Amino acid sequence: MKISSIAYCFRQGLKNIGRNKMFSLASIATMSACIFLFGVFYSLGVNFEAMVKSAEEGVAVTVFFQEGTSQETIDKVGEALDDQKRDGVVADYKFVSADEAWESFKADYFKGHEEAAEGFGDDNPLANSANYEIYMKDISKQEELVTYLQGLEGVREVNQSEVAAQTLSDFNSLIGYIFTGMILILVAVAVFLINNTVTVGISVRKEEIAIMKLIGAKDNFVRAPFVVEGVFIGLVGAVIPLVLLYFLYRSIVSYVADQFSFLSGFLDFIPLQDVFGVLVPVSLLMGVGIGYIGSRMTLKKHLQV
Amino acid sequence: MIKIEHVSKAYQAGVPALNDVSMFIGTGEFVFIVGDSGSGKSTLIKLLLKELEPTEGTIKIGNEDLSKITHKQVPKFRRKIGVVFQDFRLLQDRNVYENVAFAMKVVEAPNREIRTKVPQMLSMVGLAAKYRSLPKQLSGGEQQRVAIARALVNEPKILLADEPTGNLDSKNAWDIMNLLEQINARGTTVVVVTHNMEIVKAMKKRVITMKKGVLVSDEKWGEDNED
Repeated sequence: MKISSIAYCFRQGLKNIGRNKMFSLASIATMSACIFLFGVFYSLGVNFEAMVKSAEEGVAVTVFFQEGTSQETIDKVGEALDDQKRDGVVADYKFVSADEAWESFKADYFKGHEEAAEGFGDDNPLANSANYEIYMKDISKQEELVTYLQGLEGVREVNQSEVAAQTLSDFNSLIGYIFTGMILILVAVAVFLINNTVTVGISVRKEEIAIMKLIGAKDNFVRAPFVVEGVFIGLVGAVIPLVLLYFLYRSIVSYVADQFSFLSGFLDFIPLQDVFGVLVPVSLLMGVGIGYIGSRMTLKKHLQV
Repeated sequence: MIKIEHVSKAYQAGVPALNDVSMFIGTGEFVFIVGDSGSGKSTLIKLLLKELEPTEGTIKIGNEDLSKITHKQVPKFRRKIGVVFQDFRLLQDRNVYENVAFAMKVVEAPNREIRTKVPQMLSMVGLAAKYRSLPKQLSGGEQQRVAIARALVNEPKILLADEPTGNLDSKNAWDIMNLLEQINARGTTVVVVTHNMEIVKAMKKRVITMKKGVLVSDEKWGEDNED
């Protein structure tokens, strides 16, 4: 197609929107609502995922050893944990000797009453408490790891925060499913509405299309203005919610930072540019893609050129 | 130019709209096709525009066998034929100039060419002064002139006119027929489907008569045909 023809089809596509104002506005509004919801879900999703991830990294599994276990056996467990680290199951692990365990216990429970702890003298009441503290990378494999560790030589007990780990893992999956389901429904609604708008556009321009075909217009020339119409609706429908989301996200982050400063550390928002770095291209692509697919589907059905 | 050989067309099995029709229309001819409603005139026009496919027979326009033209080649083929309808079929939201320019835009003609040829064509049909008028501001005759300008602006070899005077009073009908005759004189083959026997008789051209899908006569009309 020539450049002048592309410009003509582009102008005709925009004119279609003007001629068909109510339907076009309804489509833009629905598309905006869809992409706005997508943006909200995405922003919540990535922030929640980051929070879950940081919580996951804090979840520890602790391995205790049988009385009199040799350092060699303990080191072998350490080697097994190195393997798990390489496989992406374990984020990190730390060996806590019996002395370190006692020092830590004293610091936690005898603070301000150090003289009470001195009563133990050189005896370490936690002599059998040498352990590995393990931080999970993949929370879903925690159960598997615990079973594996329980089977290793010298291991007396493996402690884990089972409920927290499983709940976080399940909740994360649930959010993922809801997120995907909602997006699919919204995409279907948007495609349906673009379909309707283009169908009305075709029926309004039925006579013009018939003349174009008789005069010798190529298929693409007849179709192009409707595709422009669909894509433009998709594009505007994506830009409006992105602008709204930009200001909304910025306001919420600064509001939470001001009003709920005590939550900082737990409720750390992902920076605006990180969220929008993904959200902007994905939303624009969604808008344009839905507009294109919606209009092409309608043309295939209603415009046998 | 137009060669139709043993063409039949049935919309429903056993009910032919055209039945074994053959004719030849040479380059530069002016031909009337007449007949009552249901005689198959409109079907013939649709077959020539490749809007329909014949059930049997072959149609050739120039050197092209229409049955061998693919769906993708149809637009290029249609650019060789100009077509005018009884109801003008103008775009009501565009002015005279835009209606004619539309035909050139559709075939992706360069803007420079559009700017030159559209005024020339409007001047030929006598509407240069009304280029900014909307169709609703024009008389029936003037609207048909715009339709003719639109049909001719891409310089087709053939002009098909389906009842071009059907919606016009006698004076306007004659104006349109005179215009078609001028166009024919410039070398364009003109095929006019009409009911208007008064004009057909007066113009003394070749007349093909159809009845119930069958070609019943094909003769040059002169003094002998006047009742």
